[in-house]
Amino acid sequence: MSNQKEDSKYSNQGIRTHQLVKAGLPRRRAKENRFKAYGLICIVAGLGFLVILFGNIISHAWSAFEQTYIALDVTFDESIIDPEGRHDLETLTTADYPALLKKSMSALFPEVKERQQKRSLNGILSSGAPYELQRFLQQHPALLGKTERVWLPVDDDVDMLVKSQIDRTVGEADRRLKDFQIAWIDKLIADGRLEKRFNKQFFASGDSREPELAGIRGALMGSLFTLLVTAVLSLPVGVASAIYLEEFAPSNRWTDIIEVNINNLAAVPSIVFGLLGLAVFINFFGLPRSSPLVGGLVLTLMTLPVIIIAGRSALKSVPPSIREAALGIGASQMQTVFHHVLPLAMPGMLTGAIIGMARALGESAPLLMIGMVAFIVDVPGSLTEPSTVLPVQIYLWADSSERGFVERTSAAILVLLAFLITMNGLAIYLRKRYERRW
Amino acid sequence: MQKSTLLLLLLLISVYAFHVGQKRSQEIAQGKIKNLHSLPKYYGYYTALWAFLPALLLLFIWLGFESPVINHSVIETLPEESRSLSNDLKGLLINDIHNSLSGSAGETKPELKAAVEYLRDLKIWSNWLLSFLAVSFAFMGMYFARSRIRQGHRARNQVEKTVMWFLLGSSLIAILTTVGIVLSVLFESIRFFGKIPLSEFLFGLQWSPQIAMRSDQVASAGAFGAVPLFTGTLLISSIALIVAVPIGLMSAIYLAEYASLGFRSVAKPLLEILAGIPTVVYGFFAALTVAPFIRGLGADFGLDVSSESALAAGLVMGIMIIPFVSSLSDDFINAVPQSLRDGAYALGATQSETIRQVVIPAALPGIVGGILLAASRAIGETMIVVMAAGLAANLTANPLEAVTTVTTQIVTLLVGDQEFDSPKTLAAFALGLVLFLATLVLNILALHIVRKYREQYE
Repeated sequence: MSNQKEDSKYSNQGIRTHQLVKAGLPRRRAKENRFKAYGLICIVAGLGFLVILFGNIISHAWSAFEQTYIALDVTFDESIIDPEGRHDLETLTTADYPALLKKSMSALFPEVKERQQKRSLNGILSSGAPYELQRFLQQHPALLGKTERVWLPVDDDVDMLVKSQIDRTVGEADRRLKDFQIAWIDKLIADGRLEKRFNKQFFASGDSREPELAGIRGALMGSLFTLLVTAVLSLPVGVASAIYLEEFAPSNRWTDIIEVNINNLAAVPSIVFGLLGLAVFINFFGLPRSSPLVGGLVLTLMTLPVIIIAGRSALKSVPPSIREAALGIGASQMQTVFHHVLPLAMPGMLTGAIIGMARALGESAPLLMIGMVAFIVDVPGSLTEPSTVLPVQIYLWADSSERGFVERTSAAILVLLAFLITMNGLAIYLRKRYERRW
Repeated sequence: MQKSTLLLLLLLISVYAFHVGQKRSQEIAQGKIKNLHSLPKYYGYYTALWAFLPALLLLFIWLGFESPVINHSVIETLPEESRSLSNDLKGLLINDIHNSLSGSAGETKPELKAAVEYLRDLKIWSNWLLSFLAVSFAFMGMYFARSRIRQGHRARNQVEKTVMWFLLGSSLIAILTTVGIVLSVLFESIRFFGKIPLSEFLFGLQWSPQIAMRSDQVASAGAFGAVPLFTGTLLISSIALIVAVPIGLMSAIYLAEYASLGFRSVAKPLLEILAGIPTVVYGFFAALTVAPFIRGLGADFGLDVSSESALAAGLVMGIMIIPFVSSLSDDFINAVPQSLRDGAYALGATQSETIRQVVIPAALPGIVGGILLAASRAIGETMIVVMAAGLAANLTANPLEAVTTVTTQIVTLLVGDQEFDSPKTLAAFALGLVLFLATLVLNILALHIVRKYREQYE
């Protein structure tokens, strides 16, 4: 009797719980789906940022790979270039090229007479155009006295207008180009004298205050020298200390301290390394400021922890059986490590090293501290010459107010990203190609 | 001879020494290698090390002492009145002489002409003497080592010992780096706190480090209250974390628990690209695109947004640290044992309930560690704030206004002319010390939590 009663009570309760659970199911399913959707949305948002970032940079950058050139019929008038008839290289270097250009420009627009107007007419040309002309004549000295059509770079404002990055609808007072200048430019375009060509200057020259003359060659060489120092120093030292810590170090307090220390160093803000470089390498050791040597030293200290941590985990993944076998046939510990363990761990170590180098290549904050932000026109030729690096060049250009630098900054970023993607791609390839599962 | 050429020459000599040692050992072995204690190549390494290391040591010592000795003897040649100058003026004089020698000073002053000549001679002499000594050291080392090779000579052990010292020395560089950071930042900070009291720096509400360059100039004496910088840094970092933590955490949960293998193997590396993009690129993006966008958006709602708003910098920084949160969280969620999930499923929990009530609490320490690391990254981030945040030290919690940060101020104080006795320059080091300590505490805490958590499930 009582049993039956309890049974029915439980079964009633069972039914009730069952119904409760069932009633709650749609709500819980909806919640489940919502939760899943949030996750997906977040990933899409993250990837969306990536797409926006790249899209933004690329859309700004692509126009920088072209530069507007103007076709001028220049008469290499001997009475201007070589009035004394000396016919040597010296005269070709010091000749009055701006006068030649002014003459050709007035030939194009004979109606312009007023001084002010003439000046703005000549302003269509880049301030580097005389040098281009000089180089051209030095290469073709036979042209002296003849007339030749020469393609010369135009000023950045004109370049921007041709690339339609200056809004023509803005009121004249807010524009850098006045209406009459735009009329000249339109006439030049109609005559087929303005043409966009591949921007060789961008890859061939150093920094400049004029956007149309500025290039990344100097920064690229600076980055190359800096990375060279970093690689030469950080690779051997990083590999050596990974080997010591993983294979030889006795496990005691000291080793613990070194290990905690390395993990901490990997997370110290990069700017602090810049302070270290300033205080130690420049002020204490008196190494030359702004030089790739000091930059490389600072970046070495910064990348070492990355290389050491990657190196240790590569060594760790080599199974102990390899070591035991080598020791078993009489190899010394050093021989075991250098002949057997290290070759097996090398791909992993290299992967870590390349990733560390890629980080060093993109780093700019510590280099600001040691003076690699100077405005340097010359392409550096050695480790101790003042220079700048690609990321710092980007920072410098991003600070410039000229409209023409926006696209050049973006283009420099693209070049930097291309290097980084290549390096990381190489690291991934190495990992895929040589990865071994034991 | 250039120092780098000399170094190359020394390397060549040691390669030669390697062959000398190897050949010598083979002669001594009389064709039977078992007569030797070590393999012939170890005798080669032994000889090469003896050729290279002493000469290298000499080179380093020479580099350390060359310029002080030369400068001193150049000063000695100067007339009496220059020798009695103070040390600072002497330094200037020496600089003048060096510049005239390298031709960067233009005209050489007539009274320095003799000294410049003397300096040139000294430099040439010093170079030749160094080259001669180093090369002879190399050869002496080589012959010394060669003469020590015997049948029972334990070359391998000695070579291995040297290599061991090199390995040990390399691993100490990490310690030296930390010591270097602490010392360099600490010394300059102590000098700074000698001029500005610590309490003013830590609790002062005014930050205007521009100090009068000349004593007669009418300008503020400079105020070094760093509180506005701290609040600015915290404001921007908090915005970054508010963006990064939910997105990073939810992405990690989706990748670890829901995503198919194929999706995961594509999405995870793509997300991690965000962490590999140089920060200067983010800075450019923030300044050129995000800040004007937010300003425009604010104008639409009738809000006055600064063009260097904390919001823009924080938002972009948040995007940058998403991968720091997501990849660490992902690791830790994956490390939670499957048995915990199975237990929850057996009780009838749905997947999301399992994640929220079982997996996340179990992985929480690791996730917190990851967030702390991301926070330390955000506090120390430089380029984004230098390019997108302001320079004015406003004490505000309004994300639409411009604030400045510790890192921005370090950069602005140290880029350009530096005078190492003005509080303006030294202040940068004091800020560096604060930054280093703050991130150090965060890192140690995070690493400790992460390590402890790892042990729990291993």
